[in-house]
Amino acid sequence: MFPLIAENLVVEFQGKHILGPIDLKIDKGDIAVILGPNGSGKTSLLKALHGILKLKLGTVRWSCLRTESIGKQMFVFQTPIMLRRSVFENLTYPLLLRKIPKTQANHRAAQWLDRIDMRASMKVPATRLSGGEKQKLALARALITEPEMLFLDEPCASLDGKTTYAIESLLQRCVADGTTIMMSTHDIGQAKRLAKNIYFLNKGILESVQPAKTFFIEPLTQNANKFIAGDIVE
Amino acid sequence: MNDIWDGIVQAFILIYKFDSDLIEISLRSLQVTLSALVISCIIALPLAAVLTIRRFKFRRFMIALLNALMGLPPVVVGLLVYIALSRSGPFGVLDLLYTTTAMVVAQTIIITPLITSIAHQSLRELWSEYHDLLISMNTSHKQRIMTLLWDARRALLTASLAGFGRAIGEVGAIMIVGGNIDNATRVLTTAIALETSKGDFALALALGFVLILITIALNIGTHWLSKTESEGRW
Repeated sequence: MFPLIAENLVVEFQGKHILGPIDLKIDKGDIAVILGPNGSGKTSLLKALHGILKLKLGTVRWSCLRTESIGKQMFVFQTPIMLRRSVFENLTYPLLLRKIPKTQANHRAAQWLDRIDMRASMKVPATRLSGGEKQKLALARALITEPEMLFLDEPCASLDGKTTYAIESLLQRCVADGTTIMMSTHDIGQAKRLAKNIYFLNKGILESVQPAKTFFIEPLTQNANKFIAGDIVE
Repeated sequence: MNDIWDGIVQAFILIYKFDSDLIEISLRSLQVTLSALVISCIIALPLAAVLTIRRFKFRRFMIALLNALMGLPPVVVGLLVYIALSRSGPFGVLDLLYTTTAMVVAQTIIITPLITSIAHQSLRELWSEYHDLLISMNTSHKQRIMTLLWDARRALLTASLAGFGRAIGEVGAIMIVGGNIDNATRVLTTAIALETSKGDFALALALGFVLILITIALNIGTHWLSKTESEGRW
């Protein structure tokens, strides 16, 4: 399936230029974190790579057929979208879509309920959960399918420290299990804790791609330096 | 005022005595209406879902047309069905005129646009909520339709009950195609019309109260069985 290669990727929305042109390559096992100010195109880049945003120009290629790759990637949205079903049914939903037998789906869902510490809430309507619980459930619903690639759009935005820690633990475990991650965040601390590579976006342009270790010490661009320092990026 | 009071007393006596004519007419009313409702739901609900998720030529026109057809005059529908089923009509060979089947056909034509339009409204709201999630999960059109229909089932129940209400209270069309034949096609509404024309207002009112009772009982029963208002559900 890997590498994921984007070439000359351009996204427009209602005639307005949003993103690109962008060239990038994601290798297996990467934890690619997209950083950048508001409106820089982080969400659009993730959606374009995942294939839910139409490209104006360019290509997104996997080393396998698109029909094959599409089933092996999942997306977690910034605002979790909960099905109007119970917590348990939300977990079994993607498995049943994949024609996994119900008994097997139930077994896996039960395991994940324990993993996200939500067994007590299994019959609760998912829409009634707190923001943090919804995000944990959305992440578990994505990971239950054992995706090879996981896109996350600011998964810990407006969550408290404890829930952020729980979500980061889940992400680290899924990376250890072989999932490749590409995520956006505003949280510099989170980027430092998780990232292998930092993709710095500004005004729809990918200004730099750098290993996380060097990005926070010697960023390649002045804008990245300002962003790390918490200054306003022009 | 006396007529109303006499009507209530007579309705009570008819129900208390299990009047055979009343039972027969009531059961026929339910048989015709529920048959039309089932057929309408089979057509209307998937149609509403398709109109929600698919984009095709004349889609907007179809939605506008269905909305307009909600106010379809029953007498005109009755007349058209009468012409279609009469001996010289295209379906005359089926010999269905003045049968309960003809009444079911007329009622189906009347309530299908109503159920489709109300269902479409509910499904459209749910689709705007689910759109990104279901697209990102690479669901097929069939899976999207099934998900929407299942998760909006309570709103769809309301749409169906609206159809039921319209059908069971309908008189113009079924009078024309059914003929109000005693022991064959007489239903509660046509019996009310007949008794009113004969000047027996008390009996007409009694039948009216029975009709209202049936409608209320069926609505309450359906909501109770589907646990629409119970805590923790949608």
